[in-house]
Amino acid sequence: MSGIRIKARERNGVVDVKTLMKHPMETGLRKDKDGNKIPEHWIQDVVAEANGKVVFSCAFNTSISKDPYLSFAYAGKKGETLTLSWKDSAGESASKDVTVG
Amino acid sequence: MDRRSVIKAAGIMSAAATALVALPRIAWAAYSDSAFKAKGAEDALSSLYGGSATTPSDQVKLKAPDIAENGAVVPVEVETDLQAESIAILIEKNPSPLAISADLPAGTQAMVKTRCRMGETTNVTAVVKSGGKLYTATKEVKVTIGGCGG
Repeated sequence: MSGIRIKARERNGVVDVKTLMKHPMETGLRKDKDGNKIPEHWIQDVVAEANGKVVFSCAFNTSISKDPYLSFAYAGKKGETLTLSWKDSAGESASKDVTVG
Repeated sequence: MDRRSVIKAAGIMSAAATALVALPRIAWAAYSDSAFKAKGAEDALSSLYGGSATTPSDQVKLKAPDIAENGAVVPVEVETDLQAESIAILIEKNPSPLAISADLPAGTQAMVKTRCRMGETTNVTAVVKSGGKLYTATKEVKVTIGGCGG
C-alpha cells in the first residue's frame, strides 16, 4: 500500500508516464476548526528509475496540489520496470514498481 | 504489553527497517530549502541555478488555464523544443514562488505536467535550463478561489 498510481505506456520508443501520489500536501498555512495551524507536511522529492538508471527526478514545494499528479516521458522500452519513489518533509517515503506497457 | 501493541510495535519496526534498507539506493533529487523557501522568484532562481538572468523564449511552451475557478488544483504543463537539463515552475504571488524543479537526464523528454496551488491571480513562469542558460515563458492565471490557506 504505497498510495502511488502509475500508468506507463511505450509508443515509438518513448515511455509516457502519468502518476498520482496519495498525500495530504499540507502547506502549513491551513488552520483546523479550532484555529490551530496544521503543520506543513509535503512530498519534497520524487525519483523515477528504469533499469537502475534515473530517468526523471524532481523536487516539490507545498504549492503542488494535494495528491500530486505528475507526468513525464523518457526513452525506454515495453516490458521494463519503472520504479517511482517519493520522500516527504516528515522523512516518510513510498515506492512503487510498474511494468511498462 | 498486550498482544495488540506487540503486533503494532513489530509493524512499526519492520516498516522502519524497510525504510532503512530502501533509502540509501534511491538517488533523490536535491530538494533545497533555500530555493523552495525563497520569498521571491529571483531569489529562488539564484539559489536553484546560481543566477537569475532569464531570457523569454517562444520555444518554451507553458500551458495553464486563463481562469482557474479553484486555485487548489490548477493544471500546469511545460514543454520545450530546447535541449533541457532542468525545468522549473514559478508561481509569482505564492508565499514561496518555486513550485517544482525537475531534472531531466539525457533521453528524458523536455516536458513536465503537474497540478499547482495558487493563492490569488498571478503570473506563472516556466523556466527551462538549456546549455547553461535560463529561458522562460510567462502566463497570467486568474484565480477565482485561492488554494493556499483557509
